[in-house]
Amino acid sequence: MTLAQWMPFIVLVPMITSGLVALLPGRNLPWLMTFLAATASTGLSLWVLFGIDAEPLRYAFGNWPPPIGIEYRVDAANAWVAFIVSGIAMAALLWGRVSVHQEIPERQNIFYALFLLALAGLLGITLTGDAFNVFVFLEISSLSTYALIAFGHDRRGLLAAFRYLIMGTIGATFILIGIGFLYMMTGTLNMADLAERIPAVADTNAVRAGFAFIIVGLGLKLALLPLHLWLPNAYAFAPNVITVFLAGTATKVALYVMLRFIYTVFGGDYSFGAVPLATLLMILAIAGMVVGSWVAMFEPNLKRLLAYSSVAQVGYLVLGVSLVSLIGLTATFVHLFNHALMKAALFMALGTVMYRTGSARIEAFYGVGRQMPWTMTAFALAGLSLIGVPTTAGFISKWYLILAAMEAGLAWLVVLILITSFMAVYYIWRVIEAAWFKPAQTDAQGATKVFREAPLALLIPLWIMVALNFYFGLETSLSLGAAEQAAQALLGAFK
Amino acid sequence: MSFIPTLSPLTVVVIPFVGALAIALAHQHPKLRDGLGWLASIAFFIAVAGHIGPTLSGQGATQTLSELLPGVSIAFAVEPLGLLFALIGASLWLVATLYAQSYMKSLNYPHLARFFACYAIALGAAAGIAFSENLLTLFIFYEILTLSTYPLVTHSGSEEARRGGRIYLFYLLASSIGLLLPAIIWVYAATGTLDFQSGGILGDHIAPHWIPVLVGLFAFGIGKAALMPMHKWLPAAMVAPAPVSALLHAVAVVKAGVFTILKVAIFVFGIDVLLATGAGVWVAWVAAFTIVSASLVALRLDDLKARLAYSTVAQLSYVIVGAMIATPLAAIGAVMQLAMHAVAKITLFFSAGAIQVASGRKKIKEFDGLGRVMPYTFTFMTIGILSIIGLPLFGGMWAKWYLLMGSLSAEQWIVAGALMLSSLLNILYLLIIPIRGFFAPAADGVPTEGLHEAPMAQRVAMGITATACVVLFFFPEPLFELAKGLVS
Repeated sequence: MTLAQWMPFIVLVPMITSGLVALLPGRNLPWLMTFLAATASTGLSLWVLFGIDAEPLRYAFGNWPPPIGIEYRVDAANAWVAFIVSGIAMAALLWGRVSVHQEIPERQNIFYALFLLALAGLLGITLTGDAFNVFVFLEISSLSTYALIAFGHDRRGLLAAFRYLIMGTIGATFILIGIGFLYMMTGTLNMADLAERIPAVADTNAVRAGFAFIIVGLGLKLALLPLHLWLPNAYAFAPNVITVFLAGTATKVALYVMLRFIYTVFGGDYSFGAVPLATLLMILAIAGMVVGSWVAMFEPNLKRLLAYSSVAQVGYLVLGVSLVSLIGLTATFVHLFNHALMKAALFMALGTVMYRTGSARIEAFYGVGRQMPWTMTAFALAGLSLIGVPTTAGFISKWYLILAAMEAGLAWLVVLILITSFMAVYYIWRVIEAAWFKPAQTDAQGATKVFREAPLALLIPLWIMVALNFYFGLETSLSLGAAEQAAQALLGAFK
Repeated sequence: MSFIPTLSPLTVVVIPFVGALAIALAHQHPKLRDGLGWLASIAFFIAVAGHIGPTLSGQGATQTLSELLPGVSIAFAVEPLGLLFALIGASLWLVATLYAQSYMKSLNYPHLARFFACYAIALGAAAGIAFSENLLTLFIFYEILTLSTYPLVTHSGSEEARRGGRIYLFYLLASSIGLLLPAIIWVYAATGTLDFQSGGILGDHIAPHWIPVLVGLFAFGIGKAALMPMHKWLPAAMVAPAPVSALLHAVAVVKAGVFTILKVAIFVFGIDVLLATGAGVWVAWVAAFTIVSASLVALRLDDLKARLAYSTVAQLSYVIVGAMIATPLAAIGAVMQLAMHAVAKITLFFSAGAIQVASGRKKIKEFDGLGRVMPYTFTFMTIGILSIIGLPLFGGMWAKWYLLMGSLSAEQWIVAGALMLSSLLNILYLLIIPIRGFFAPAADGVPTEGLHEAPMAQRVAMGITATACVVLFFFPEPLFELAKGLVS
């Protein structure tokens, strides 16, 4: 079999395994199968990522040639995103086994089956070259995600999941309406085909409306301010392993699809020429960076704090897009990866503390630094990456973003990025201060609560993630190289 | 020095880090911990010394670890100025180890393993700064130095220490991230490189009217150089135990600051460019202002360590003055000041700590008559002070001499005036301390009966650095040749 024939298995393996896992008894077997499936997807996407050259890989399902059938079409951009998504799924699972035992004692097979469905959905969105298929996979991933969030033992998770359901469905509907407009005008759903036919009808209100619906719908899935309201609660009340997984993947995939529509389907000239999209995105990105960081500075629930930090990070991602340059897009793609690394590590550290203390409120972290030094040191180091300290992955992202801003001649943007970095220093510092400099908590009788250090099953994956944050801060050839290829692929896509 | 093997720069930098790890692991075995402290400092000194031969013969070691971004690597290159800084740090670490082990035990400080581990890391970071091949590598070690010294500043764990630590961290991080990092990014965006090259790298990539702005970003962004108004962290850091103030806040940290200023002036801007454009002159004026006003503040302070801290603020600006006026003589003076002040100021902090150990006193007004019961300590202190003032027979004179000549030859009358005024003020606020100690009768309520000299180890440490002050007066040639090689 050729690489192009192996490529669809990135999606098929988790999707098929999902059904199998639902039937497996016990706790360890479902986990193992899930982990193996995610590992297989990661391996395959890494293989695709390295094997890809100038021509995109194509696979037509059922041998129906496009534009009639559904086609997977993979270039450096989606191979990179698929690698990030499956890699984070693998890391989350590796960390999550023990945490899931605690949070979801029963029906783990259903939980893992849903996890795989969500993963397959996200990977499907990434790989497909068919606009309608994007919607289908979007629904698969979203529906399973709603259920996964509701699995959390906090009852408020149900409300959060329901809110996410409403918002997510509105978003998906917008996307569907947009795709409908495009289909109406061009008679095709294949992205490459759409790209060829849209220019002829570009100057119509229907195409403009379709464009607007798709961008807004994706903006919702992406949690771009002011469409971010679903995100903090969804992250906060989901089981920790799901938070780790979603934080590294869901918004990233939405951003990828947005880029695919902007650059491939509509073409950069149309997207940034016909509407003031760059300006709009820049305003929203900056608003997200500032508002997200600002709220995070005062948020008492640390999972929500990191969730608002994610809103700010989405701002960085979109900011790179809004600069409309190769270097800006490279910054976005490298930050996709680096942000997945840092947020996964941070949420893992948080989840590891919660494994012992059971609460994400900042008071629950008082004195924890002395009781769980390994966990909190990992949190502090991952926090450095989030801030963007040199030698961490986060620094590479910010450096490229700043270079892109300088290239565009926007020195004030550099100042703004530094200011929001300072805000990140502040909200990470709050956690550090609580963990190390506040007296430990006492129970009702006034005795000091004692928490043991977390088990190695949680610590080892956590430290691997932290180490990766530093590895990719020092050895950038893989991340930067892939990001640059991805950006080039998008800018010159399907020409 | 060919009998000492030349290790790779990374190995040299890593030695203190490994030492720190070993010290931390040995936290339950005090003897082993102290032994490892010695082992780390001795090994580090030998490793640094091993670079003297090749570097002076023009074949300084270079090493590239990884290419971070196009044109920017984590890389080391040993050149004479960096080697000088590393040598100052390594040799004084030996003396400070002798002093610190005695001091920390005399005052019963807890958590000594953490203390000596962070101490070692700080030295490793300083070596990293010294050997950096480019601005980014330097920046990384600069921040490691800030973070590793924070636990040392807050070591006592008291509310006061924590407050001091917060100011310390805030000033150093805010200045470096808010000003230094943008300056580095600016240089990279303009030139596409961050490598230190003799003659500078700016060329005509940056318009002349922007160069003074960039100079300002560097001068204030390098907060460790304590140019006003970025100096507040230094007095705040005085809550730390005396060995920290001595080795780190008189040598490693502050010298890392002025070393970075020198390095940027010589290898990023290019000393000729600075001289030709006069871009740094306004910063030299700020430094002159810092010298005078810090001296005036020091005059009013009664706490010995606080007074010494403001004296350090003033003395650091001597180096900045030299680097910014950028005439050859001034630059030579700046390089010499780097070494001379380190040796003299560590002596003063050692004696401040020794007085505290022996008598428990920190306030200068309680020192009356103390010189007669602690003759060694006060004699060594006097030698350090005379060297800082810049009188003949003491090494500090050479630095002051060249700085003054340099500012006169550049016709910077204001700066020259500030330098001379500062020497006078030094007499008033520093020399007065041993004078009162030796000659004033004991003040009411603070008798000197029953007090003894500081422990032997501390006296030996002070004696070594005080002797070095004198030796450097008679044998300044190696230092002078090195400085001359840098600026010509």
